[in-house]
Amino acid sequence: MQPTAHAARLGLSRGWTEFRHYLTYPQELGWNLFFVIVFGVVLLFQRNATVEGTTLPLAMLTLPGIIGMWVAVTGYQGAAGWLAAEREDGTLLRAKAVPQGMVGYLVARIVALSLITLFTLASIFLVGCLLLPGLAASARSGWPTLTWVLVLGLLATLPWGAIIGSLVKSPNSAFGLTMLPIMGLTAISGIFYPITALPGWLQGVAQAFPIYWLGLGIRSALLPDAAAAVELSGSWRHLATAAVLGAWALAGLLTAPAVLRRMARRESGSSMEARRLQHQQRV
Amino acid sequence: MIALLGPNGAGKTTTIEILEGFRMRSAGEVSVLGVDPANGDERWRARIGVVLQSWRDHGRWKVHELLEHLGGYYTPYATPERPRPQDVDELLFLDEPTAGFDPLARRDFHDLVHRLSDLEDTTILLTTHDLAEAEQLADRILILAEGRIVADGSADQLAREVAGQAEVRWSRGGERFVHATPDATRFVRELFAQHGDEVTDLEVRRASLEDTYMVMVHRHEQGHLQEVSA
Repeated sequence: MQPTAHAARLGLSRGWTEFRHYLTYPQELGWNLFFVIVFGVVLLFQRNATVEGTTLPLAMLTLPGIIGMWVAVTGYQGAAGWLAAEREDGTLLRAKAVPQGMVGYLVARIVALSLITLFTLASIFLVGCLLLPGLAASARSGWPTLTWVLVLGLLATLPWGAIIGSLVKSPNSAFGLTMLPIMGLTAISGIFYPITALPGWLQGVAQAFPIYWLGLGIRSALLPDAAAAVELSGSWRHLATAAVLGAWALAGLLTAPAVLRRMARRESGSSMEARRLQHQQRV
Repeated sequence: MIALLGPNGAGKTTTIEILEGFRMRSAGEVSVLGVDPANGDERWRARIGVVLQSWRDHGRWKVHELLEHLGGYYTPYATPERPRPQDVDELLFLDEPTAGFDPLARRDFHDLVHRLSDLEDTTILLTTHDLAEAEQLADRILILAEGRIVADGSADQLAREVAGQAEVRWSRGGERFVHATPDATRFVRELFAQHGDEVTDLEVRRASLEDTYMVMVHRHEQGHLQEVSA
């Protein structure tokens, strides 16, 4: 039996177990469902407004943006926060104490985060379908695009979340370091209102980061082709989407293993204890 | 079974973490099961069991879920001699395992540890602040102070090395007596020779590990003070 492959298999089942825990513990599930409801309310208010110059409801434009943003939230904040929390509570140290435990841990983390993202996105989509009768029909042909944008989007953000989670000293700083940039980028990435309304240099900044492209990619999957007219260059720019997300994914996947290894090597009971004491002292 | 004792900050956890391969040594050579822990691979890791001081992890997991999951990592390393995953460990590190245990849990834990070391042939390194526990469990005791070993031996050997004084208590004619002596056996023999049946409630107390520990650590601190003032 090949130990690494064996550990990866254990990681798969571990990821599934963690997803089941997520579904049965009300705290996190409730938090995510709360967001789904907030988004639902946003959609509800936008239902009767239309995009300028078209008959498309504004909410049809917002929903894919929300989905794209949520992928980034999971990728950055979810991964960073989870890793930071489990470094603090000793989960990671326990993984380090068993042979190939780190392999299993990382596989599980990716599986669980992906499943949770899918679950949340499906709930947002479902709410969208209830509120926007046109959505289900226009989304029907978009599944292939949706799939590659989601996968590439997770790959473009997850490794960076893991890097941040490895470098920070506490879950709180992981939250701050990820949530603030996400909120800032969301504001300029055309998620809740069109990016075309922003000054050119802000458009440039937004297009350097994954959130804009996630939103664009998912809009291209869920909206009728005519909706591309309101985008920046009047087209869905699939190639550019794949290029930018792919570049972030590649850079992240090349950087993350070294950072994670360094973090894992330094993890010990006493360093954990020291961080915890520091944390408690501050409070 | 080896017990590692010493005041807080003496380096017990540091030592155990270096041996576990969780922390790099700053100097010197380390060999665990014939391998330098800094380069220990996963095969080496599979022969070692680590009981962590922390317990806040995996809060959502059921015990059997977690045991099955973690045990699973050992299946590729099972051998004909040690076929069950839970027996794969040849060497077990316990860093203050009984801190916070109630007396019954402590007793159960001691039984388990005894079984592991006697029947399963596992070598165990234990750190603890509970000196009675160390005395009861360990074949060999190391006392650490400021990163150095200041004593090494069985509880008996250490006691002899340090104090050599035993306390003898007895009653005679309704009065209690206490006497400290290096040779309790001889003192008691003479006591009986002198007073015979009048001696009652006889009690001989050898220096306990606690006494030994106090003397050793105190002696080390004294030496340190002298060095500083010299």
